[in-house]
Amino acid sequence: METVLFYIAASVSLVSTLLVVTRTNASHALIYLIVSLLAIAVIFYLLGAPFAAALEIVIYAGAIMVLFLFVVMMLNLGKSAVDQERGWMQPRMWIGPGILTAVLFAEFIYILGGTPGTTSGTIVPPKAVGETLFGAYLLAVELASVLLLAALVGAYHLGRRYMRSRREEIA
Amino acid sequence: MGTAVAIPLEHVFLLAGALFLIGFTGVLVRRNVIFLLMSLEIMMNACGLAFVAAGARWAQADGQIMYMLILSLAAAEVAVALGLVLQLERRFRHLDIDAASELGG
Repeated sequence: METVLFYIAASVSLVSTLLVVTRTNASHALIYLIVSLLAIAVIFYLLGAPFAAALEIVIYAGAIMVLFLFVVMMLNLGKSAVDQERGWMQPRMWIGPGILTAVLFAEFIYILGGTPGTTSGTIVPPKAVGETLFGAYLLAVELASVLLLAALVGAYHLGRRYMRSRREEIA
Repeated sequence: MGTAVAIPLEHVFLLAGALFLIGFTGVLVRRNVIFLLMSLEIMMNACGLAFVAAGARWAQADGQIMYMLILSLAAAEVAVALGLVLQLERRFRHLDIDAASELGG
């Protein structure tokens, strides 16, 4: 049964990823990309990696995609943005993502509704991940923190000059 | 705890490869910077899927740890790249990546 769930989630992710690449409107593509990430989170859960599934939703679909959405919205400042957003949010636009998400939601309900052992193979619990992460991979954690710090400084530097010129433009 | 992996590893790898190819095609075909970044995200996500699948196959935590490192790399990349997108928009007034080809590579 879990293999069927996997194939359903895999086709949802393939379809929505294809739709991401073929959209012309950036915010529509972002919504399909979020659906694709949710499908991959389901696959992670089925593979016995619940911690990776949670990270996929919290960080990827939650944080990184919202960052994208902020920039897409920011670039539309000024030029008849209200009309444009009204055009984006037409009800029929939600049909595609809605159907794909409903499929994933049905899978989610099925997994929650009992049938232990839906996750195939051996589950790698978050505790084991944490122990390995702060044991053997401690150096990698430090390097990742340095990388994030560098990204923070770089993004601040790039964005600061942009915001200054934007303020002068508006004023 | 079962021992056999019911989902064949090859099929997960096929899915990851297909997702990677879709993202790669997106990078090659699209010229809007936002879509290029989204395609990069798709490709990185496919790599993460392959790592998690391999980690699940041998019931080791290493796959998930590699996925977390990819995640932090993606977060750093997106933060810097979106700053660059804002600069590009300020300088060229649109998001066509070909506008920024004056280095003549």
